[in-house]
Amino acid sequence: MDCFVGIDLGSTTTKAVIVDANGRIVGRGITNSRSNYDVAAQVARNEAFTNARFDMLGQALRHEAGIGESGAAFELALTAGYRHECFLGQLARLEDHCRRDLDSDRYTGDRRAMGHALEVIMDGIRKDAAAVYGGGAAARSDFFRDLAGASYIEHAAHVAREGGPAFDRLVGLFDRNIIPVENEQETRTFAQLLMAALDRVSDVSPAQRNAASGVLRRVAAADLREVSAVGTGYGRVRLPFPKENIRSEILCHGLGAHLLFPGTRTVLDIGGQDTKAIQVDENGVVTSFQMNDRCAAGCGRYLGYIADEMNIGLHELGPLALGARRRIKINSTCTVFAGAEFRDRLAAGQAREDIVAGLHRAIILRAMSLLARSGGIRNEFTFTGGVGRNAAAVKALAEVAQDNYGSLTINIATDSIYTGAIGAATFALRGAVQGAARN
Amino acid sequence: MSLATQEAPMAAGELADLVGSATRLYEDLELKAVRDWKANDPARRAIGFLPVYVPREVIHAAGALPVGIMGGGDQIEIVRGDSYFQSYICHLPRSVIELAVSGRLGALDGFVFPSICDVIRNLSGMFKVLMAEKWVHYLDLPQNFDRASGGKFYRHEMATIANGVSALTGIEVTNERLRDSIRLYNENRRALADLQALRVQSPWLVPATEYYLLLRASYLLPPEAHTQMVRDYMRLSRTSQRHAQDNIRVMVRGAFCEQPPLGLLRTLERAGCYLVDDDFVLGARFIPEPLPEDGDPWQALIDGFLYKSLPTASKYDVNATKEAEVVQRARDVRADGVLLIAPSFCDPALLDQPMLARALDKAGIPYTSFKYAEDTGQFQVIREQAGTFADAIKLWGTK
Amino acid sequence: MTTAVKDLSQDRQKQMISAHYAKLARAREDGRKVVYTFVPGNLTELLNNLGLLPVLPEINALQSGMRGKTGDYIHIAEKAGHSEDVCTYVKADIGMLKSGNVGPTGEPLPKPDLLLLSYTGCFTFLKWFELLKREYDCPVVMLHVPYQGDGRITEPMRKYVADQLRDEVIPALEKLAGRKVDYDLLREQLKLSALAENDLVWVLESAKHRPSPIDAYFGGVYYIGPIFTSFRGTTDAVEYYQLLHGEIQQRLDDGLGPVTPEGTLQEEKYRIVVEGPPNWTSFREFWRMFYGEGAVVVASSYTKVGGLYDRGFRHDPSRPLETLADYCMGCYTNLSLPDRINLLEKYINDYAADGFLINSVKSCNSFSAGQLLILRELEKRTGRSGGFIESDLVDPRYFSAANIKNRLESYFQMVEAKRARS
Repeated sequence: MDCFVGIDLGSTTTKAVIVDANGRIVGRGITNSRSNYDVAAQVARNEAFTNARFDMLGQALRHEAGIGESGAAFELALTAGYRHECFLGQLARLEDHCRRDLDSDRYTGDRRAMGHALEVIMDGIRKDAAAVYGGGAAARSDFFRDLAGASYIEHAAHVAREGGPAFDRLVGLFDRNIIPVENEQETRTFAQLLMAALDRVSDVSPAQRNAASGVLRRVAAADLREVSAVGTGYGRVRLPFPKENIRSEILCHGLGAHLLFPGTRTVLDIGGQDTKAIQVDENGVVTSFQMNDRCAAGCGRYLGYIADEMNIGLHELGPLALGARRRIKINSTCTVFAGAEFRDRLAAGQAREDIVAGLHRAIILRAMSLLARSGGIRNEFTFTGGVGRNAAAVKALAEVAQDNYGSLTINIATDSIYTGAIGAATFALRGAVQGAARN
Repeated sequence: MSLATQEAPMAAGELADLVGSATRLYEDLELKAVRDWKANDPARRAIGFLPVYVPREVIHAAGALPVGIMGGGDQIEIVRGDSYFQSYICHLPRSVIELAVSGRLGALDGFVFPSICDVIRNLSGMFKVLMAEKWVHYLDLPQNFDRASGGKFYRHEMATIANGVSALTGIEVTNERLRDSIRLYNENRRALADLQALRVQSPWLVPATEYYLLLRASYLLPPEAHTQMVRDYMRLSRTSQRHAQDNIRVMVRGAFCEQPPLGLLRTLERAGCYLVDDDFVLGARFIPEPLPEDGDPWQALIDGFLYKSLPTASKYDVNATKEAEVVQRARDVRADGVLLIAPSFCDPALLDQPMLARALDKAGIPYTSFKYAEDTGQFQVIREQAGTFADAIKLWGTK
Repeated sequence: MTTAVKDLSQDRQKQMISAHYAKLARAREDGRKVVYTFVPGNLTELLNNLGLLPVLPEINALQSGMRGKTGDYIHIAEKAGHSEDVCTYVKADIGMLKSGNVGPTGEPLPKPDLLLLSYTGCFTFLKWFELLKREYDCPVVMLHVPYQGDGRITEPMRKYVADQLRDEVIPALEKLAGRKVDYDLLREQLKLSALAENDLVWVLESAKHRPSPIDAYFGGVYYIGPIFTSFRGTTDAVEYYQLLHGEIQQRLDDGLGPVTPEGTLQEEKYRIVVEGPPNWTSFREFWRMFYGEGAVVVASSYTKVGGLYDRGFRHDPSRPLETLADYCMGCYTNLSLPDRINLLEKYINDYAADGFLINSVKSCNSFSAGQLLILRELEKRTGRSGGFIESDLVDPRYFSAANIKNRLESYFQMVEAKRARS
């Protein structure tokens, strides 16, 4: 299969999307951007290819005799098994790095105790992982660092409490050794991982297993040919791509939004660190855009600070704000003062819900000024970015947009994190088509 | 150190009613008062003007009501205004644009933008583009304070305004009409001077917010109505049961254009400061002394501006006397200290500050400084700063 | 600034500038009087006529910016009580003064004998010289240049300026110089001004050709150097612009694009009109973001701050004071906002630009306040794409290279995508 790859190297996450020759999205991958952009791009790309093979696998399984009714459940189990395998592979590398680190002078005094503690912690993490991938617990993140880190800290705290080495010392060990692990890649092939995953799937008859392994082998062997790739995002200049294969995130984002919602004329994207207002024509070509100025005031990060200040999760902010009873006008969207402003207002006796709702509205008002600068809001209006998942922000946006621009179709792209990468992949496809036409 | 947190005296009875009506005018961003005034006679016209100073007498003599536009304060939500200005421009023009594009200035038939800084200057051009159907004039006040050159030029500038307004009202500005207007505004000058004197003498009788609300009312009411309001206020306040508190006396400088929100004034009083002099709504009393009521009325306005207007950052300081003036004024009003405040990103006020600060240092007059915006919503830091300032002066006195 | 344009004209300009600084260095021993004044509305002919030597604080600030000194200077001024919010030209100047007033040649600049405040198109000029007045014990003479609020120069405005020149400015300058203005010489000087102005306009308008032989912004700031500073009305300036004219003619004949620090631009991909001053602290980096993408600036408003000549104004020897008045009032930052929009619209059309870009600088409200309306109006009237970036004149804290590059790339790609569509 011919594959066209788009990579969006963002400041916090790196996304990869693969489209086929018909422009259909066949694979996605995401990883946290790290100090090493090349690795981040590579990891996201590999994940997208894996995802593409799973896509093929799903289709094949649906048509394969012998898998039957339980095909969907089987595919899910297989995916979880695959992820579990990848996780264990990374965990093994983490343990290996930690063990080698324990041989250093730093641990002359407590090497045995640390070694023992590490063993206990690793066992604990493996048990947690079995629960997560076995469907028993919800994964809090897709990233190894986050998943393993949370689990590690929990078990390290327990070990420390039980008289083991100090908590800080145990966490230090993790912190030092997670970085190289993130920058290393899985050594097993897709086929190897898939077969190992198959072994993890219980609840399947020998006949089914037999039928499945045939499909698996076929899919694993299928030729996924990367015809061309386009890079975008803040870190795009770091990608080892020729200049013509680098596109600005504005153009990719505009096209991506158009592909997700073909009626789109105006796009608002509120991300962690920046806000973009984009106007596109009927073909998804950007006709005008504005980005927030130097500071990150009014971006997603602002809500992050507030959540931190309140000691709650970012995802809890929206529901809290929806419970507001009074409208409070908040003028400053400065991230630096966000915490102080929040505390002041609490001290002044204002309700948490009302303040938080006011903060959401303030962010949206700031975005409105950016939209107005770019040419206003035209129908249809597509809202992307992480803040789109926040129901209170969406509500405030709908209200303000309605007040100022009348009734509109508002598209909320819940899975919009891939918008830029989808645009980039489509640019890759179009570029290749044009290139072929020229030759 | 304890932070003083006295409450400002509450107004009661008739006084409360008067303050209430001044407050309603302050909150009247839709300019209902102007609409009502115009509704009495369809031929009436109203002209908006921006800070700091325009010769209201000329507009008045042409038969129009001069209406001061001081921004939206902390009362409006800025939706469109922000889209016209970068983050490093002060706040006032955002709310003025918001007021304009939301139709709230619809009662005004024309606009005068006096020369004060580059932001207001360019705002005049923005109005010409955005409100092409209205008469918009940039009033270039002379920065040359010589009667022969600056004065002559100013005469032309005033004539342009007179002609512009006359074209809207059909009333020609004769010398007689202009003298009448000067007479009316002189009455207002005397009333405001008396109010200021009362405040210097007994600041507890004139709380900062009430003084401020009265000044703001002068930007919406016809002069004679405003004069009456000020006179009534003084009568009621003198007979009120207000008593002196253990506050320090402060003078405020730097608030001549973008205005602080009322909450900020309340905060200063609660922090233990009597405001005995300030430059809020400066255009309402830019020429404090009455002007000659006979002779050439144009020359009276010219000389008033050239030689009798108050010093402020938007006026060129020809003889480098602003330092001496701020020190003298602080002494005249017996201020214990000075608050050098300025709107964020206000070039004139902020560039003046180091000069004034140095002079106050030299004269041994305590001062402190902070920035604000018309929609500042948080006063905690200002309360602490002003409270500490007041306490320090109470404990150790002035140098 | 030497490697940017290696032509003879550039060498000539360098010689002229060094000669001027040499004169300044010797001013005390030569008994020459020094006048500090500003670029917009400068009265160079009068100063030269009386043998007075000008120093231009804005030029000092931008030179300090290019030499990487302004970060420290601004810090010094802020420590002395100046707000982070205010104009960085002023703060760079104050900081430089407090650091020994060392000029671009490495020698201290002489103190002023007079501050000539030509208040033209920038309110902050008033404050700037109020501050300098307190640092130097010398007289100030002020020329109030009225603003073209209604988009034109009226007779009372002209008379106001001419009266001030005759009755206040010239007497003050004569007193300082110890001699009277030689009006015959002044007429000669103004004739020379007009000659140089003719060539300057020819050079700037050469950008109407495709490809443009010049960059009217990054190259333009060098071309305006002599006529905006202390050389207007001198034979030096006339010869410089003749030389430059010849060189650009040669580029036209050879079909060459503009000179960049990395040689001649090979392919003109985008023709852009730019509004707003450049950033000086990262001038080269900023320039590279343009030529690296094949973008050529074909017209700019910044190159009109010290005089707007392409609408036909020339210094007129037959009425010296009135012509100086018209020159002052005609400088770009003295134009009304609607008139600025008209001018930029005309540039976009006359120079067949693909789009326009606004570099909005934090320091300069005279330029910046209202630029977002200019953006909107120009897009509406021309149908061409506008770009918007933010930086500062000389505050290195306000030049975010990654951010600006990101926007510029997005902008150029958008222009390209729109072009491909139509």
